[in-house]
Amino acid sequence: MYTMRPAAFEYHRPGSLDEALSLLGEESRPLAGGHSLLPLMKLRLSTPEGLVDLAGVPGLDEISEDGDGLRVGALATHASVAASELVRSRCPVLAETAGLIGDAQVRNRGTLGGSVAHADPAADYPTILTALGATIAVAGNAGERDVAADDFFVDVFATALQPGELVVAAKVPATPSGSGAAYVKHRHPASFYAVVGVAAVVAVENGNCTSVRLTIGGVTGTPVDATAAAESVVGARPSEELAAAAADKVAAALPNAMSDTYASGEYRTHLAGVLARKALQLAFERAA
Amino acid sequence: MTTVEQPGSLVGEPVRRVEDARLLTGQAKYLADLTLPGMAHVAILRSPYAHARIRSIDTARAAAHPGVVAVFTGKDFEHLPALPCAWQAGGVENFVNTPRALEIDRVTFTGAGVAVVVAESAYAAEDALELIEVDWEPLEVIVDAEQAAAEGALQLHENAPGNIVMDWSCGDAKATDRALGEAEVVVKKRLVNQRLIPTPLEGRGAAAEYEPSTGRYTVWMSSQDPHIMRLLMTAFVFGIPETKMRCIALHVGGGFGTKIFLYPEYVLVAALAEKVGRPVKWVESRRENYVATTHGRDHITYLEVGAKRDGTITAFKVKTYANLGGVLSTIAPGIPTTLYGRMLSGAYRIPTIHCQVLGVYTNTGMVDAYRGAGRPEATYAVERAVDLVARELELDPVEVRRKNFIPPDAFPYDPGILNGLEYDTGDYGKALDRALEIVGYEDFRREQEETRQQHRYRGIGFSTYVEICGAAPSAWIGTVGEGWGASMWESANVRVHLTGKAVVTIGTQPQGQGHETTTAQIAASELGIPIEDVTVELGDTQGAPFGYGTYASRSAAVGAVAVYNSLQRIKHKARRVAAHMLEADVEDVEFEGGRAFVKGSPETGKTIQEIAGAAALAYDLPKGEEPFLDDTTYYDPPNCTFPFGTHVAVVEVDPESGQVTLERYVAVDDVGRVINPMIVDGQVHGGIAQGVAQALWEGAVYDGEGQLTTSSLLDYAVPKAEFLPPLEVERTETPTDVNPLGVKGAGETGTIASTPAVVNAVVDALAPLGIRHLDMPLTPERVWRAMREAGD
Repeated sequence: MYTMRPAAFEYHRPGSLDEALSLLGEESRPLAGGHSLLPLMKLRLSTPEGLVDLAGVPGLDEISEDGDGLRVGALATHASVAASELVRSRCPVLAETAGLIGDAQVRNRGTLGGSVAHADPAADYPTILTALGATIAVAGNAGERDVAADDFFVDVFATALQPGELVVAAKVPATPSGSGAAYVKHRHPASFYAVVGVAAVVAVENGNCTSVRLTIGGVTGTPVDATAAAESVVGARPSEELAAAAADKVAAALPNAMSDTYASGEYRTHLAGVLARKALQLAFERAA
Repeated sequence: MTTVEQPGSLVGEPVRRVEDARLLTGQAKYLADLTLPGMAHVAILRSPYAHARIRSIDTARAAAHPGVVAVFTGKDFEHLPALPCAWQAGGVENFVNTPRALEIDRVTFTGAGVAVVVAESAYAAEDALELIEVDWEPLEVIVDAEQAAAEGALQLHENAPGNIVMDWSCGDAKATDRALGEAEVVVKKRLVNQRLIPTPLEGRGAAAEYEPSTGRYTVWMSSQDPHIMRLLMTAFVFGIPETKMRCIALHVGGGFGTKIFLYPEYVLVAALAEKVGRPVKWVESRRENYVATTHGRDHITYLEVGAKRDGTITAFKVKTYANLGGVLSTIAPGIPTTLYGRMLSGAYRIPTIHCQVLGVYTNTGMVDAYRGAGRPEATYAVERAVDLVARELELDPVEVRRKNFIPPDAFPYDPGILNGLEYDTGDYGKALDRALEIVGYEDFRREQEETRQQHRYRGIGFSTYVEICGAAPSAWIGTVGEGWGASMWESANVRVHLTGKAVVTIGTQPQGQGHETTTAQIAASELGIPIEDVTVELGDTQGAPFGYGTYASRSAAVGAVAVYNSLQRIKHKARRVAAHMLEADVEDVEFEGGRAFVKGSPETGKTIQEIAGAAALAYDLPKGEEPFLDDTTYYDPPNCTFPFGTHVAVVEVDPESGQVTLERYVAVDDVGRVINPMIVDGQVHGGIAQGVAQALWEGAVYDGEGQLTTSSLLDYAVPKAEFLPPLEVERTETPTDVNPLGVKGAGETGTIASTPAVVNAVVDALAPLGIRHLDMPLTPERVWRAMREAGD
């Protein structure tokens, strides 16, 4: 509890994905940046027998084209996503979100795969990936499978990953012209995690909104789809009033909001509305 | 014609810090860097309960763990008394309970040490902690000081009825009540000055070795006052002469007061070195730093201010519950009494003041001095009170301040509650005027009115503070009222070696303040030698005569004056030696710019290097003159010093989220004469960051079970550079007449002044909603709730 050194563990540094998968037993954890795992181990709240360091697996940190969209390797650091020209051109909101994670040290070490697999409800990636309709590419001994971000985040620190499986990439659709996406967060002043993070993805055609996706993170255990709150926007001409009206309905999508020392559930719910309006407005501006 | 450039005075110059090359390149050695031959590592088992009885402890499994040297519990150190409480509240009975090296049968706060593992590695030591089995009997818990002091509350200590550590007061109760009764207006308010976690970058740590043949301990600690550590450990815990212990502080990575105190772990480490017969080292984790190192502030205060309708304050009555934790730290009772109650006149002429302070035991971590130590709490109470009066009377808070200021011609000023001390010098209006000018007060008020029409909430807040530094005259400390079991002078030794290089040894102990630089600036200036020719030695009881250490902004106002005085005597001796060399009368010889010469003919003088050489060789000295230029001073100041100034915060509150943005921050401080303006700027900047952080972000929170919920840097929001606007820092300079350097002290002004400036600004912003007060920290949710309730 007051310790600062982890219990003994085996350290593995596989040179291939297959080797990594073969090393991941029941009692081993993958190491992908370690910004969440290592502090837990130092406090001995997590005591895995082995760590499988994915840093030596070739190609896992690559950011590449995937059809019109993107494939962001699990070991891509937040800093590299934020700086990637490819990400900035195809899905600027993803680069923007990566740039809002933690501080410079966290962004230089922390990885997309690590964040996604850890599934902290206050993390930024789960919310934006869900809103963007991304897919999480998961590798196991049986091969690679895709899980929609919508289905991937199951609960607080719980995902659709099966034992022995690894996140290898996120496949992210591009934000084409005529659409706009925004992620806004209320940053915890200590941790810089999202007390609440809201992502909005909209499409506009001939001045009218044709689709909207609104996702809220930080309020409950997983990203919450609050698109229903914004349904009245579809088919209408985007306006501040419509965004505000949608934001007013967000609370209905957020039963059982979490409370902590910094923010009550009631305040989180209120913030979700405020940030939803801002995210929608920004997304519409970007779509125009 | 060529002229010889004489080195000018470096005092007042922004000389680059001589420490920095070492600190910034990682060459500086901290406690954690220390490795001693044969050293074993120490880990401490801490209580998971805030209040519990220890039925039994089984250490067998831990002792059998590979790599473990030994495991001990509190019973193994039963022979060592509980730690001393060195500064108790003066003039009243103090009901003292202090920690032991390890607690034996009961703990009163989460994080108290109950067992210890010594192992070959720090890893093995931490592994074995998990194998110690404690049979706990959890007891009822109380964490709130006001509740703990209420009738019928759970009793934490047999010898402290009502959980009261002390019931202390100052001022004139009857006169104050009478004045309140006669006042045209009375404002009452309950203020919470929340608990803070000081969070130095480097946590605590200690290492020790013991020499059986001499019975001598050497103890290394991350400490602000190694001499005091030695004194307290030898005289009050181990019962040995101080010559049997040497205490050493290596580089200290921040302290903010937390490293003044004697902690259980230091005693434990020294005792372990003897017990296991080899050197041992303990370095705390951040979690240990959060639960087991001292916290600061934690006051609940009820205040009543009486005033005339024109804003003249006539009475100030204060009752404060000071939460001191489950047991007392080294100087815990002194902070909310002498350093708080006695400073409640602030910068104002207040004819009647009364302050009652109840020190209270609760099941929380120890509370003691934290940067500012009592003075931030006093300044917060006073500066909020003045604003409350101004708001009540619908007067400009600036004008209410001005109306009540102690005028420049009233110094020395006796506020009547300082137990005989007087404010030395001051010109409060001057600092205020300059601050108003910088911030553009009238323009701001105009803009504020305009932006209010647009439903924007912008506010401006002031803090026209005064504080007390340079502790302290021994004769004052020794009076019945103060209860301090020590003096507070400082010593210095200056030696000018044969080559003309000077070594200055001091008893103060920096934690980042740059003593090596400022001391060298003074020595180089006085002796007229390059600053590179001055070496400053500190941090080791074996080197310096004695020093009380670095806290209460006293190192310049007391320590540097000791250095200065020795330098004067060295210069006098240099004149005597030079007079002999020049075959002149000493009265005719001047010393200036590093040279001694006969008045009127500076070209024929002797350099300090030549004089030092002659003094060291001693082939031909004046009759009766001892060899060498060497002098030791013990400087006991005749008074404390009283820095002051005006801080101004400009904020905007986002009505949707309640988020406060600090738009501008102006500080005009007067710390007396400045030795190094760059260092003072740095001190002021850091202090402001910490003080603003109390207003807006920081707050230690214990839940009902006595668990610290803000137990890591993930939860406890220390300020980040990006949270702050560029700080607009200026100074006025009103030298003190207390010491020959004219310096007052600059280490804490930022922390002391800034907190109420920010809160006053936020309350000013929200005034149109009828909001008169908000307790800190002003987190977005707290502000949002207040705005929502006010709007209803």
